[in-house]
Amino acid sequence: METLKQELKENIIEQLNLEDIAIEDINDDDILFGDGLGLDSIDGLELIVMLDKNYGIKLTDPKKGRAIFESIKVMAKYISENRTK
Amino acid sequence: MTEVYLSYNNIVSSLGFDSETVVSNIHNEISGLQLIDDKEMFFKSFCSSIINQKELNNSFTSIAVEGNFTRLEMMMITSLNRVIQDTKIPLTKNVGLIISTTKGNIDILDKNSKFLEERAYLGSLGKVIKDFFKFKNDAIVVSNACVSGVLAVTIAKRYITQGIYDNVFVVSGDIVTEFILSGFNSFQALSSEPCKPYSKNRTGINIGEVAASVLVTKNDTNLAKEAVAILGDGSCNDANHISGPSRTGEGLVRSVKLAQKEANISFDNIDYISAHGTGTPFNDEMEAIAINRLGLQNVPINSLKGYFGHTLGASGLLETIVGMHSLYNNTLYSSLGFEEIGVSQPINVITKTITKKLNIFLKTASGFGGSNMAVIFKKINMTSK
Amino acid sequence: MNSNYYISSFCSIKNNTISLNGSMVYSNENMEFLEFIKAAYKSLDTNYPKFFKMDGLSKLAILAAHVLFKNENINQDKDNDIAVVFSNKSSSIDTDRKHQKSIENKDDYYPSPAIFVYTLPNICIGEISIKYKLFSENSFFIFENFSAQHLLDYANSLLSAGKTEKVLCGWVELDGNQYEAYLYLVTKIGTILHSKENIIKFYNT
Repeated sequence: METLKQELKENIIEQLNLEDIAIEDINDDDILFGDGLGLDSIDGLELIVMLDKNYGIKLTDPKKGRAIFESIKVMAKYISENRTK
Repeated sequence: MTEVYLSYNNIVSSLGFDSETVVSNIHNEISGLQLIDDKEMFFKSFCSSIINQKELNNSFTSIAVEGNFTRLEMMMITSLNRVIQDTKIPLTKNVGLIISTTKGNIDILDKNSKFLEERAYLGSLGKVIKDFFKFKNDAIVVSNACVSGVLAVTIAKRYITQGIYDNVFVVSGDIVTEFILSGFNSFQALSSEPCKPYSKNRTGINIGEVAASVLVTKNDTNLAKEAVAILGDGSCNDANHISGPSRTGEGLVRSVKLAQKEANISFDNIDYISAHGTGTPFNDEMEAIAINRLGLQNVPINSLKGYFGHTLGASGLLETIVGMHSLYNNTLYSSLGFEEIGVSQPINVITKTITKKLNIFLKTASGFGGSNMAVIFKKINMTSK
Repeated sequence: MNSNYYISSFCSIKNNTISLNGSMVYSNENMEFLEFIKAAYKSLDTNYPKFFKMDGLSKLAILAAHVLFKNENINQDKDNDIAVVFSNKSSSIDTDRKHQKSIENKDDYYPSPAIFVYTLPNICIGEISIKYKLFSENSFFIFENFSAQHLLDYANSLLSAGKTEKVLCGWVELDGNQYEAYLYLVTKIGTILHSKENIIKFYNT
């Protein structure tokens, strides 16, 4: 799970072009959207693409995405339970 | 202040190749949308209004003897040709040409395209159209997301008011491509069924293709019977997000207020609103909020996306032209696809075609990049049916 | 109708050099466009993290606007009545190619919403509008070459129709490694006349 969380942090920084943020800056429990990491709706859609591309999880209801992308910890748990890649 | 009019017009679409036919189909609540299952175009089936290629070829060969034209060019030339024929205006130095499109010949970027990449540049599109009709002035190409169609009309108006042109031909168009379908699909915004503007169960947009043309002129002699005067316009950015509309509809509200101020009319004078109504959760909700903030919630309103889908850079002009005919025909057309109201604030959606005396309409449009446009038009022909 | 308007400031980004009113503010040779524009962002204390999410065209536009507006003391904490009239030759083709590439291979088909949203040239105007709270008119035009006449006519028409207090005009072009940005602010009071000659003179500076 720790490797997955690290991997997620790397992927998010790269995929979402968070160039001025380092992996150490993201804590497992940090809120990703809104005031936390400041991600917005387009970032949310990008994460849905990432779930599909990297982990083979197809999310058809984007509203579910917000709950899953709450924090690195929540994301990692969901991915480890649902991944097909 | 010079009065400026929209006059002769044409629509090339899956509902017909002339405005009257298209409007007649709309009158009868016939939609141009159909379910398309074409794995070459897109990996899943989608709902769209696609122009029949054979019909387009037939129509085009009657105007062009030779030449190598793209699909979009054929659509635009077919449409603009009809308007130029109808107006009988010689294309002198006082006549301008404005083209509006979001992606132009973007299908050329596909590796299977037979055209060279340089043809995909929008300046090339402008040159092809200019040269075909032998306009004396270079085309002015406007590419400003989904407000382009109606923005082009106001740009024409500004050129005429400045005294640079006496007449301006505006032609707008966009085509359905995998480029666009895949993009909106990645936004989870594409609906697999006909769109349902303002409805509770709306699930997103359909993409459609259309070419639409109009003459914008300061000359009040020899106007088309459905001609309208441009009373006022406003365009204000949301300054909020590059794709999502402002939750408070700020840009749209400001745009309508500016248009109304320039038109020097009361909001009570607005008989009908031709809105954007794409069928996405956010756009339709934003519009309802804006309409209520403006106190226009009782004005009959429709979205025409249920007939054509979202025709992107052409939508603003296509829908304006239908609005012109709506006024001339004293008919409010049904907001096709609308079911149970699904926006948080009340709006007066037109649910079936009805006759009503109409004088002034408001056209609104919104687009990516936070753009918004509002234009107020007034019927000229007071002896209309 | 033909009131006089004035050019208040202008900014150019070309040949790996950023200049304001003809004076260099940053230069860094031997870099490809993307590397250069990021280095410029850091050096000029832009401090706007959204920059990194933008495509090349928007990065170019926002940096030019940053340099020019900083000089004009534009306050980002309030609305600014400045219309934006931009133009270029290539539209958003640089980003269009990226999106097209993402859909070419059916076995590796993951189009990106963050890329797709930038496949419209006016998005760069949207980015500037967000940063500087410009609830104003904006239009994006495509020309085969820079057209001073068109920008002159159009900016004048907006000002004389009372649509706006100021107009930010520009040519913002990006196509692979070919890039060029030229922005200037047109105002109602000033000393340098808003004329075709001056627009071209500063474009060539």
